[in-house]
Amino acid sequence: MNWREFFRKSTKAKRAPRPLPSPTQKTGDVPEGIIEKCPQCGALLYTRELEQHLYVCPKCGHHFPMSAPERFRLTFDGGRFFEYDADLVSDDPLEFPGYREKLEQAMQKTGLTEAVMTGEGTIKGHPVVMAAMDGRFIMGSMGSVVGEKIARAIENARIKRYPLIIFAASGGARMQEGMLSLMQMAKTSAAVERFHRTGGLFISVLTHPTTGGVSASFAMLGDYLFAEPGALIGFAGRRIIEQTIRQELPPDFQTAEFLLRHGQLDRVVPRKEMRDVLGKVLAVHAGRGRSGGKAASV
Amino acid sequence: MEKRLPFEEPLYELEEKIAALKRFMAEQNLDLGEEVERLEARLAHLKVETYRNLTPWQKVQIARHPNRPTTLEIAQGMLTDFLELHGDRLFADDPAIVGGIGLLDGIPVTLIGHQKGRDTKENLARNFGMPHPEGYRKALRLMEQAEKFGRPIITLLNTPGAYPGKTAEERGQSEAIARNLRVMSALSVPIVVVVVGEGASGGALGIGVGDRILMLEYAWYSVISPEGAAALLWKDAKEAERAAQTMKITAQDLLELGIIDAVIPEPLGGAHRDKPEAIRRIKAAVKAALLELMPLSPKTLVDDRYEKYRRIGRFASLFDETPSTGGA
Ligand SMILES: [Zn+2]
Repeated sequence: MNWREFFRKSTKAKRAPRPLPSPTQKTGDVPEGIIEKCPQCGALLYTRELEQHLYVCPKCGHHFPMSAPERFRLTFDGGRFFEYDADLVSDDPLEFPGYREKLEQAMQKTGLTEAVMTGEGTIKGHPVVMAAMDGRFIMGSMGSVVGEKIARAIENARIKRYPLIIFAASGGARMQEGMLSLMQMAKTSAAVERFHRTGGLFISVLTHPTTGGVSASFAMLGDYLFAEPGALIGFAGRRIIEQTIRQELPPDFQTAEFLLRHGQLDRVVPRKEMRDVLGKVLAVHAGRGRSGGKAASV
Repeated sequence: MEKRLPFEEPLYELEEKIAALKRFMAEQNLDLGEEVERLEARLAHLKVETYRNLTPWQKVQIARHPNRPTTLEIAQGMLTDFLELHGDRLFADDPAIVGGIGLLDGIPVTLIGHQKGRDTKENLARNFGMPHPEGYRKALRLMEQAEKFGRPIITLLNTPGAYPGKTAEERGQSEAIARNLRVMSALSVPIVVVVVGEGASGGALGIGVGDRILMLEYAWYSVISPEGAAALLWKDAKEAERAAQTMKITAQDLLELGIIDAVIPEPLGGAHRDKPEAIRRIKAAVKAALLELMPLSPKTLVDDRYEKYRRIGRFASLFDETPSTGGA
């Protein structure tokens, strides 16, 4: 069965109201699904317990990566949302060796069609358009589909005049689609610019990891730039930098805290405070009465 | 001494043979004119054959040739009154990106490009054409100035990548590139981009958003360098030759993929063999693009540019039942 047949079957099966994905279902292997080890403090944690703590280690505060469906479920009010463009799937424009198999594996592993989920819902009562990337899907890399879904989400936010929130998690541009991937950086950035010109509010949340072609495009273009604690954020990879400058880098190099110190972020926001912080920004923006400023035109 | 590319060895050998024969003729006072003519004809034929059938990897080598025309050489050659301008007004002047103003057959333009050196000393001074954030911010400053004065912008891409260094990260390499992509997408003046040498990844794209994307015949443009791709894919940078093929990075591939708008033919053997002619051809192609773009209103320019990028991408829908796009 090829990947498209695979997905046709699974979407047909899912015609009924889609059940909210639970992390144990999505991560597959049952043994790993029960207990997880914290990579930072070594604590053994029940997955159920971890889930209750929003995938933050209750012992040391380490933020585990979060899947896109979990991010949607735990960020929107009541875990309710309407998903956009879940039907879009990657082609193999370069006929790149092994790419189709890689896509198929990623789909099977994550139950997703691509490395980003987009949709709309409300946060603290404010309607928003949201995108969340999923690092498990070919490292959250951006190819044609990710670029297209992000661009469409931004356009939806512009047309509906909703705020836009993007949770980035990506290793960068997807190599297997070559220049088509690189151009998604320009495409998504152009969409942000249009949104910006109509006065749209864009909150960008950088999560672990946000690097390469995603950090160097839409992810850095928010009106507000937030990041989760400890998230790796940067343009070039640490190893390449060490090879280039022949120096050891500080241990916190390219972490959210490092970026904050160097003036590259507005705030580092722990996951437990995320909904409240987003709610505050949305509330300030929902406040009535503008005074001067640039007139927003559609 | 001129850098010899491995696949050009047979040409050099033949050239040397002809030269030796001529010396021998002069010394011995012999007439071997017929033999010389025969060899010269063979050389001409071999040159055409060699350069017509270059592999992607061979093109990468030509694109990296140290004598390839640099941005400053092209600026001097195609503009009159070219005046280089420096600094980002924030931190420093990045020598890896240069820019300035001048006249292209009387048309006022702003020209910006990556600047590589022609030898080791120059390359060290230019950081091998690898910009820091201040380079992208200088470019942005000059582009916004061009917009203010209604001046078209020409950018020339030739970089092995944005500089992967500690200070570059500290000062926001990602943000600098991202901001340029965003602002360039909506500048209300024409932007013509020419990939003249190496176009590596975000470091190239950071000054590469435009209305027309032109590419020299032997230039390359890729999401990652062939060496980088090889290291990631096959865990071996020596597989770069294979990666150059697989990644579809040549001007001809990218024209087919719809990423670029036109290929500018190079003089036989590459731009470094006849720089003035190469620069003449770049100038002609840029001017033709500008003449098409300059009559357009700012709104049309920006709308068209948005659509140009908005359309890029290949994907399918699960609801699409057309068999032609079906999976293999
Ligand atoms: Zn822990």
